[in-house]
Amino acid sequence: MSVLVFTETSEGKFKKSAFEVTSYGKKVAEQLGTNVVVLAINSSENEVLYKYGAEKVLNVSNNSLDTFNAKVYANVIKQAVEKENAQVVIIDSNTSGLYLAPIAAANLNAGYASNVIALPSSTSPFIVKRKAFSSKAFNNCEISTAIKVIGLAKNSYGIIENEVTGSIEDFSPSLIESNLTSTSIEHTTGTVTIADADIVVSGGRGLKGPENWGMIEELASILGAATACSKPVSDLGWRPHSEHVGQTGKPVASNLYIAIGISGAIQHLAGINSSKVKVVINTDAEAPFFKAADYGIVGDAFEVVPKLIEKLKEFKANNA
Amino acid sequence: MKILVCISHVPDTTSKINFTENNTKFDSNGVQFVINPYDEFALTRAMWFKEKQGATVTVVNVGNVSTEPTLRKALAIGADDAIRVNAEATDGFAVAKELAEVVKNGNYNLILAGKESIDYNGGMVPGMLATLLDFNFVNACVGLEIEGEIAAISREIDGGKENLSGNLPLIIAGQKGLVEEKDLRIPNMRGIMMARKKPLSVVEPTTSELATSSTSFEKPAAKSACKIVDNVDELVSLLHNEAKVI
Ligand SMILES: Cc1cc2nc3c(=O)[nH]c(=O)nc-3n(C[C@H](O)[C@H](O)[C@H](O)COP(=O)(O)OP(=O)(O)OC[C@H]3O[C@@H](n4cnc5c(N)ncnc54)[C@H](O)[C@@H]3O)c2cc1C
Ligand SMILES: Nc1ncnc2c1ncn2[C@@H]1O[C@H](COP(=O)(O)O)[C@@H](O)[C@H]1O
Repeated sequence: MSVLVFTETSEGKFKKSAFEVTSYGKKVAEQLGTNVVVLAINSSENEVLYKYGAEKVLNVSNNSLDTFNAKVYANVIKQAVEKENAQVVIIDSNTSGLYLAPIAAANLNAGYASNVIALPSSTSPFIVKRKAFSSKAFNNCEISTAIKVIGLAKNSYGIIENEVTGSIEDFSPSLIESNLTSTSIEHTTGTVTIADADIVVSGGRGLKGPENWGMIEELASILGAATACSKPVSDLGWRPHSEHVGQTGKPVASNLYIAIGISGAIQHLAGINSSKVKVVINTDAEAPFFKAADYGIVGDAFEVVPKLIEKLKEFKANNA
Repeated sequence: MKILVCISHVPDTTSKINFTENNTKFDSNGVQFVINPYDEFALTRAMWFKEKQGATVTVVNVGNVSTEPTLRKALAIGADDAIRVNAEATDGFAVAKELAEVVKNGNYNLILAGKESIDYNGGMVPGMLATLLDFNFVNACVGLEIEGEIAAISREIDGGKENLSGNLPLIIAGQKGLVEEKDLRIPNMRGIMMARKKPLSVVEPTTSELATSSTSFEKPAAKSACKIVDNVDELVSLLHNEAKVI
């Protein structure tokens, strides 16, 4: 018996979520009185996982796995589950994780709970708490199949150090054929993506027009943040669609979300409920966003944001 | 091409979410139900294939009789016929198994779904369905073109997109980008009249096995009030010392 954790790598390095799923997997294994096994594909730094409790790392190195293919990856997970006799499989909620988890679950004839935010409240029956209704509520979900797949929501459990003496075992699964061919990848380069960002700076229609985004970008760059926007802003073509945040756009689970000139409509808030700290800057003290935020400044963005940029520059200089 | 569009029936995005029966059931009182927003992109794309490439379009929902108005709306938008699998949709795996039966019986070769239902946010039905059927599958699809048997598909990835190619049969889980939002179809009067006469068949489920079930719901704890600060100095200091996020 074991708990299998799937981790994501990018150019040999683990994504931050790999440490979170490992930390979580270690705890679930403890709850079940068993061990955690971490599956790492083409990673060049397996040892760093020991710090988060990885007792065993299954190391897969194969150039054919450099390009992500959900079906092939899901089959590798299946082989690892069989080899390790895993009863729980934990997958992160990055783009790749969301793609392959349902495939892996169906392959394993396993029940799958996505958007899980906490440790199982009970292991028999096996019950996990997950986000539902676009984070407007939580759902306690019982998984009743022999093998259980958990999709862990980003930034929900945290990265917890729990140093163990681990070991690395090489694993060479056979690779299945996929009938889908990746023909090209287009990157919108040079920016922090909303999915990876710890801080997100977001602008709404209150900013009046695309020409005013210079200060948003500057603020984001000082904070190492991603830029985002409300739906009308992307509908109007002021910003790319990939920046649209909300119930029908991207979900944000950052540590800090700064909303500038955004009213706080229910559909917008549904996408950012999972962010830890929310700041709003808006001229209208009655804007609904103030009810959802932790900190707010009632004021004109065109005055407040430049001042905030200056102050943060000073702050960064003093805290460098 | 025989297209099947999977339609999930969900509370309108403005709905207040409440629960009844000791927090075990969603309270649908006063809630308006709509076609899942992501499925609207899938349906509109399907209409394009119907009009430009002569495809037939069937819409399907796994749900009880209360979902029929949502299926009628999809017919009013232009689908040719509708199927309702008469089962309560509580578990994504069970829904996928029912849909797999529908696909096999109808020989559909292009299945368009949404990337998630905005009620349970599972994001699981399309991937599971594809696996049960062993069809090609692309998640978070933002572009789809088809020439004969060959599809050119784009999917969203962090910070960009990946372009793929593959043969039918194919399943995609779509979102904005599949079509532009301004092009989304809404029913017109003639469509609504015609929809009344279009076939809506009800089939019985084939499985009663559930892999997951909901035991209860919770609402987020009430948030403490927003701290209104007067100036940016105070804000930066609070973010650093109190919230510890910078
Ligand atoms: C089906 C459906 C799905 C939707 N999904 C989403 C979604 O996913 N994401 C989303 O964002 N929206 C979504 N919406 C739209 C949503 O209802 C709102 O219309 C939208 O969020 C409003 O965007 P906004 O706050 O930028 O604009 P507005 O509502 O126009 O608000 C602008 C705000 O800026 C403030 N302001 C004006 N001038 C200044 C200034 N100089 N300085 C500071 N503040 C200023 C104003 O006081 C106001 O509060 C959806 C709507 C529907 C019907
Ligand atoms: N009960 C259902 N009936 C038909 N299609 C569904 C149903 N539930 C989900 N789907 C489809 O699967 C997609 C993803 O849903 P989900 O896995 O529930 O998040 C939806 O956008 C629909 O296209």
